[in-house]
Amino acid sequence: MDILYFAWVRERIGLPRETVKTSAETVMDLVTELRGREQRYEAAFADLSALRVALDQDLSDFDAPLAGVREVAFFPPMTGG
Amino acid sequence: MRISVQEAPFDLGVESEAFARNAEQIGAIVTFTGVVRDSDAGRLQVMEIEHYPGMTEKALAAIANEAVERWDLGDVLVIHRFGRLAPGERIMMVATAARHRVAAFEAAEFLMDYLKSRAPFWKKELSATQSTWVAAKDEDEDALNRWAR
Repeated sequence: MDILYFAWVRERIGLPRETVKTSAETVMDLVTELRGREQRYEAAFADLSALRVALDQDLSDFDAPLAGVREVAFFPPMTGG
Repeated sequence: MRISVQEAPFDLGVESEAFARNAEQIGAIVTFTGVVRDSDAGRLQVMEIEHYPGMTEKALAAIANEAVERWDLGDVLVIHRFGRLAPGERIMMVATAARHRVAAFEAAEFLMDYLKSRAPFWKKELSATQSTWVAAKDEDEDALNRWAR
């Protein structure tokens, strides 16, 4: 599964994208898994209210299932316009 | 309908003229242009706009399609830039064409409200001494509520 990071999430983790093998069933499970890895992930995911998630390029929720999902993206609230 | 996500500048006159020429059976055209604002008294040097290639185009098309569904529009144009922009540069524009001005104005506002907080762009402001990610505002989220149905 490809995981993409944008804006300050990318900066905190220090990567724009990575491929992970995971058996996480929901986005929340994946977040828990990532947070347990290293301090930089813990720092990026410390406040979930400041984060948004997209599954295969559609906005989604942290309790959404990951079955069949190929691309997960984490980023702060968007500031277009 | 045309959606363009691009790094290059766009010519407001050329885009507006082409949009007006191609829009058929219309009585009203509204255009909105967003400009890099120096909100920090001359200290802003560069605004960096990051986006999510792939999702950005998809999200903008979805937003434009929803506008077409809600209002009787002759045409819609959305241009949004990414990359490094200087204060005063044009970041984006939307244009709407409709038979009557109310639909054109409303649809343009709807497009702006949605692309502000539902299109995957992030802005970073760089001055000589610091760089700051622009935070989303509660008002931006509130602005979406008026379109709820």
